[in-house]
Amino acid sequence: MIPGSSFLVGAIFAVIVATTVAGSLIAVLSTRIIRSVTGLALCCIGLAGLYYFLGSPFLALMEILIYVGAVCVTIVFGVMLSEPDEPRPPALRGRELAWGIGAILVSAAVFLGAVRLSGRWTASVSDLGRQSAAAPAATDGSVRAIGISLLTTYSLPFELISLVLLVAILGALVIARGGRSRQ
Amino acid sequence: MTPSLHDQAGVYLAVAAFLLAAGIYGLIRRRTFIGMLISGEIIFSAAALNVMALNRFAAPDPVVGQVFVLFIMGLAAAEVAITLSIIIAVYRNYRSIHSKEVSELEG
Repeated sequence: MIPGSSFLVGAIFAVIVATTVAGSLIAVLSTRIIRSVTGLALCCIGLAGLYYFLGSPFLALMEILIYVGAVCVTIVFGVMLSEPDEPRPPALRGRELAWGIGAILVSAAVFLGAVRLSGRWTASVSDLGRQSAAAPAATDGSVRAIGISLLTTYSLPFELISLVLLVAILGALVIARGGRSRQ
Repeated sequence: MTPSLHDQAGVYLAVAAFLLAAGIYGLIRRRTFIGMLISGEIIFSAAALNVMALNRFAAPDPVVGQVFVLFIMGLAAAEVAITLSIIIAVYRNYRSIHSKEVSELEG
């Protein structure tokens, strides 16, 4: 074990969490839609890192492949085919700002009060790790195990989702073709 | 000794809760359909991250959560395809995809 490697892992984890949070904030708060799509892509890259830390490199790859590679590119095509820029929202007045801050304070107080009163959040969350350490894992969670379970235990949902994707593609073609004039 | 930060379920659950809150806020605040679609995708991601965190820390079989998240991704991709085609059809009819201007329905 290299000295300081735990610090390095912690720093990488912090960067990944910050990427996810910043990406979601950009996606939600920016006024230009194309920046919002970029924020969604950033958020999905951060999520892929989180999946990697959760012990699933396969899902991290799939997240980048599907979300960044397919979903974001499709949304960019949608942006190019329409004019989605929205007007800048009117600036917050003092009264609205006061109401918003009050709502945040009240909800934080209710949440903290509920946690303090029941006391179960911290106990149950810190119990989670211990339970999984106690119970032996049925499989190792590798790509091989995922493939085997997709074709045995989950074969019906697997086939159904392929049907759903087929119907979605056909439906998208039919709907988008609708009002088009024949040349 | 407490485990390091990336070995605690609470961190992942907090990030997922933040993503859910950001997605709901965007869904309310956005005025165009594409912006609302992006916020919906963030909510999907929050659900997937929650499932993966509980799968890592609580489930006896680590395959279940990964398969479930794969299904979530497939459904999200299908949803994006359908929604974008509807958006394009609406834009062709109304010349706008602002949610305030698209307020008439015809049978």
